[in-house]
Amino acid sequence: MIKIKGKDAAKKEVLKLENLTIRFGGLTAVDSFNGYLNKGELIGLIGPNGAGKTTIFNMITGIYKPTFGTITFNGINITGIKPQITTHLGIARTFQNIRLFSEMSVLENVMTAEHSWLQNYKAKKILHAHNPSEFPKPHWKPWFWSAVLKTPDYLKVERKMKSYAHDLLKEVGLDKYAHLKASALPYGPQRKLEIARALATKPSLLLLDEPAAGMNGQETQELLEFIENIREKFSLTILLIEHDMKFVMKICERIYVLDYGKIIAHGVPKEIQSDKKVIEAYLGDESYV
Amino acid sequence: MKRISFKLNFVLTTLFVIGTGFFLLWVSNSFGGYWPRIITLMGIYGIMAVSYTLVNGVTGIFSLGHAGFIAIGAYTAALLTLPIQQKAMSFFIEPLIWPLNSIQMGFLPATIIGGLVAAFAAFLVGYPSLRVTGDYFAIATFGFAEIIRIVIQNSYNITNGSLGLKSIPPYTTIWWAWGWLLVTVIVIGSLKFSSYGRALRAMSEDTVAARAMGIDVFKHQLISFVVSGFFAGIGGALYAHWLTTIDPRPTSLGIMLTFFVLIMIVIGGLGSISGAVLGAIFFAFFAQWLRIVESPMNFFGINIPGIPGMSMLIFAIIFILIMLFRRKGIMGKDELSWQYIYNYFSKKAGDQD
Repeated sequence: MIKIKGKDAAKKEVLKLENLTIRFGGLTAVDSFNGYLNKGELIGLIGPNGAGKTTIFNMITGIYKPTFGTITFNGINITGIKPQITTHLGIARTFQNIRLFSEMSVLENVMTAEHSWLQNYKAKKILHAHNPSEFPKPHWKPWFWSAVLKTPDYLKVERKMKSYAHDLLKEVGLDKYAHLKASALPYGPQRKLEIARALATKPSLLLLDEPAAGMNGQETQELLEFIENIREKFSLTILLIEHDMKFVMKICERIYVLDYGKIIAHGVPKEIQSDKKVIEAYLGDESYV
Repeated sequence: MKRISFKLNFVLTTLFVIGTGFFLLWVSNSFGGYWPRIITLMGIYGIMAVSYTLVNGVTGIFSLGHAGFIAIGAYTAALLTLPIQQKAMSFFIEPLIWPLNSIQMGFLPATIIGGLVAAFAAFLVGYPSLRVTGDYFAIATFGFAEIIRIVIQNSYNITNGSLGLKSIPPYTTIWWAWGWLLVTVIVIGSLKFSSYGRALRAMSEDTVAARAMGIDVFKHQLISFVVSGFFAGIGGALYAHWLTTIDPRPTSLGIMLTFFVLIMIVIGGLGSISGAVLGAIFFAFFAQWLRIVESPMNFFGINIPGIPGMSMLIFAIIFILIMLFRRKGIMGKDELSWQYIYNYFSKKAGDQD
């Protein structure tokens, strides 16, 4: 394979969705969705409630299997691959309604995500099959026995997990809460913790499902800076669903607008703002007024 | 809040284990046959409870099949340690099949084989049952445990059917029971406080989020189920050599036993290993102590005849009271660690200020 260098590297496609369609019984939730994400981009996915945005997330992460269409991630066809393996390949996500492990401590929440470091044998095998020169052949290790017997090999990984988790928490400004129960955190920090937990799986693509939901103006502004910040630091490609239009227009480079499972508009924020179809979808058809 | 260092923790725990050892030595030497037997039973119940809490508490899947694995461990180990002449004598309806009728081995290998066979059974039961979740899983495992019991009841040439096995050598001493309990606590504790344990606890809270964090939920549940099955088998093997007779009645190695162990872990606190041990000790103690109410007695001049099953009735009342007033049991999800004790007392001291 020829390695792309220089300017072209920035345009490398991370995610490509082709003719993505899913039907639940008679209902077509997403209808031939076509889209792409280049490396380092921050793309918004908007649309009224029930338009199928979260369903697209669920298909990318492998929770739903599309009826037809393909999902390509870094050149690998990942259509229908199990969610845990897509995570190991480098796709991490957060949830619309915060889904933290609320009985566990903040540190443990992050370290739970780091468990995927021990489990990524299958994903590494897929990567090796895809590109043997870049990804060496993985070796299966009996991590379960190492973990129970506490072998030096395992303890080394455990120490690494702990220090990386501390670093991540420091990065998002939650290090002072490390030993607190996750449910004891206020709402804003819980959102941040969920993002930190997703980052602990070492992703290259981050899917954020309504990160600003339920936040006031100041918190939203903070979140905006926070997302910009982690995008730089972890060299992420981000796809986000959001209802807060100000937020989306400020942060996103391109926007896909979805209505009834179909793309109705695609472009830079300015184009979207003045698009007739988008205004119709959000405010209703003028002719009825 | 002060954190207790790993070194101090280790020293204190070692001292505690040695102290418990001396306590057991003292009990077995200075009391008659009755109390050492009860304390041995506490150890056996402890093994069953700790292995059960790994599935029902830590992993958060509600299994009702524990007695099935205990029964398999009990029968396997008993068939391996029974003297050959005794086997020939017991199996008078149908003779015992070939390899089993000519082996007799020591207690330790028999126990371990019992555990391995139970773990294999747990794999066979868990693989299909873990496809369903919640109450359906409970019903599926309950059904499998009942199948195990009925197969035991009807295979006369292996298990002697409903006649059961008699004159099993009484190998289980205080040291076997509490030694195996120590092994169980160390292994399951080590599992709980590892990366795998974190994954199990995460799954018990939210399987969707756990899956999104890269945890293969089915695989981890199966691992936990098999490990639990192994130690249930060990517990069963010890139980058989403590009882010296086993049979496949529902009240001995059937659903009743599952419920006994369930009571222990709920009293102790679901998901807590130390809680499971405390619950087992509590249960074994009270089950003996409540025998008083089953014997005939004179209550303020009224003569009450002995009512069999009365102790179970009182247990049910205790259980209901716990569910009403302290749902998390003795320990909740916490462990009885030195840190826990330290925090408890420093909080108490803080209240007085």
